[in-house]
Amino acid sequence: MDFKKQKPIYQQIADTLCERIVGGQWKGDDRIPSVRDVAIQLGVNPNTVMRSFDHLQQAEIIYNRRGVGYFVAPDAKERILQLQRKEFLDEELPAFVQRLSVLGMTLDDLKQYV
Amino acid sequence: MIDIKNFSFSYTKTQVFDNINLQFQKGAIYGLLGENGVGKTTLLKAISGLLKPTAGSCTVDEQVSFDRQPEFLQNIFLLPDEVQLPDSATPEKFFNDLAPFYPKQSGEMLQHLAGELKVDISRKFKEMSFGQQKKSLLACAMALNTDYLLLDEPTNGLDIPSKADFRRILSEKVGEEQTIIISTHQVKDVENLIDPIIIISNNSVLLDASVEKITDKLYFEYGGQQRPDALYSEMMPGGYLNVLVNNGMGESQLNIEGLFNAVLRNSAMIKNLFE
Repeated sequence: MDFKKQKPIYQQIADTLCERIVGGQWKGDDRIPSVRDVAIQLGVNPNTVMRSFDHLQQAEIIYNRRGVGYFVAPDAKERILQLQRKEFLDEELPAFVQRLSVLGMTLDDLKQYV
Repeated sequence: MIDIKNFSFSYTKTQVFDNINLQFQKGAIYGLLGENGVGKTTLLKAISGLLKPTAGSCTVDEQVSFDRQPEFLQNIFLLPDEVQLPDSATPEKFFNDLAPFYPKQSGEMLQHLAGELKVDISRKFKEMSFGQQKKSLLACAMALNTDYLLLDEPTNGLDIPSKADFRRILSEKVGEEQTIIISTHQVKDVENLIDPIIIISNNSVLLDASVEKITDKLYFEYGGQQRPDALYSEMMPGGYLNVLVNNGMGESQLNIEGLFNAVLRNSAMIKNLFE
C-alpha cells in the first residue's frame, strides 16, 4: 500500500524550527524569533505558530521566559535527535523494510551501495 | 465579540439565511467560505449594520449593529469587494477623509502597509491597475485599525506575489483585540491563514470549527488510491487526496479545497460529526 502521511502545518513549522537547532543555526539558550515574527515570515495564522511553540515547549525543546520570549533549551539538540531516531525506527524504517521486500531485496543487497 | 443569534434574512423574494447562530471571538482571523451567491456579503453587511435582520439579532460587543451607534461604527470597518472611487482621489486622501471617524487609525501604519504591499498611495486611483487599487484599499482599511475588520473577497484581482504579501500583513495585523473576517470563494488564497473556518450554504451554516477540531474529526490522506469510504476524493499529481472520517488516525494536513468539497457534499453527516 502506498500511504503517505502529511503532517499538520503546526508540526511542519515545529520541524522547521527543529532543523535550525539541529543544523547549529540556533544554540542552547539562544533566543528564537517570536510567534508573531514566525507567523509574519510564513504568512500563517499566529495561532498555528503558537501551537508549534506549545508543542516544542512540551517536548522541552524550547522554554519560555515570561515577558522576554522563547529560548532554545540547553539540551535541545540531543532531545530532537532522540525524537527523530524514534520516529525513524517507528515509521520510516518499517516502511523502508517493507519496500525492500516488495522489490525482492534484502538489507545485505544494499551493502554495496552505502 | 460578534454575536449572531437566531438570525434570518430575506431580500424581497429570496431567503438568504434561516435562523443561523454564529459567534466571532477576538484574536482570530475567521474564514467565511461559501460558493458564489450564498450570502457571504449579506452576512458581512448585517454585521456592520448595513442591513437589518428579518428576524433574530446581530450584535457587536453587545451593541445592536443596525442601531449604528457611533461607538460601534468607529470600531468596525467593512471593505467591500468593489468600491466606487472618485477619479481624482488618491489612497492618501481616501484614508484622510475617513480617519477622523476612527480614533485608533494610524497614518504611520498606512505608510508601513503601503510599503509592504508595494503601492504608491499618493497616486490617483484612476491611474492604478485593479490589483493596485485593491491593495491600496486594503492598506487603508487595515490602517484604520478597528477592532473588527471585515474583508469581502480581499484577494480578488491580486497577483501571486501580492497574495503572499496579503497573508503576511494579515498575520502581522491580528492582535489579541482584533477580529478579522475574510469572506472568499477563493479558498486556496487563505489556506493556513484562516482559523476558525466557517462554511455557509443553502440558508445555513454547514461548518464552524477551528483547524484543530477539523483535523481531529477529519483525516486528509494523500495516498496512492481512491478510497471508497472517502467523503470526498480528488485526483492529484502523484495520487489521490481522500477526505476521511478520522477514526483515531492522528492529525493530518488540512486541505482546504478538499474540506470545502467534502462539507458541501455531506452536509448532514458533517453537522452530526461536529456537534
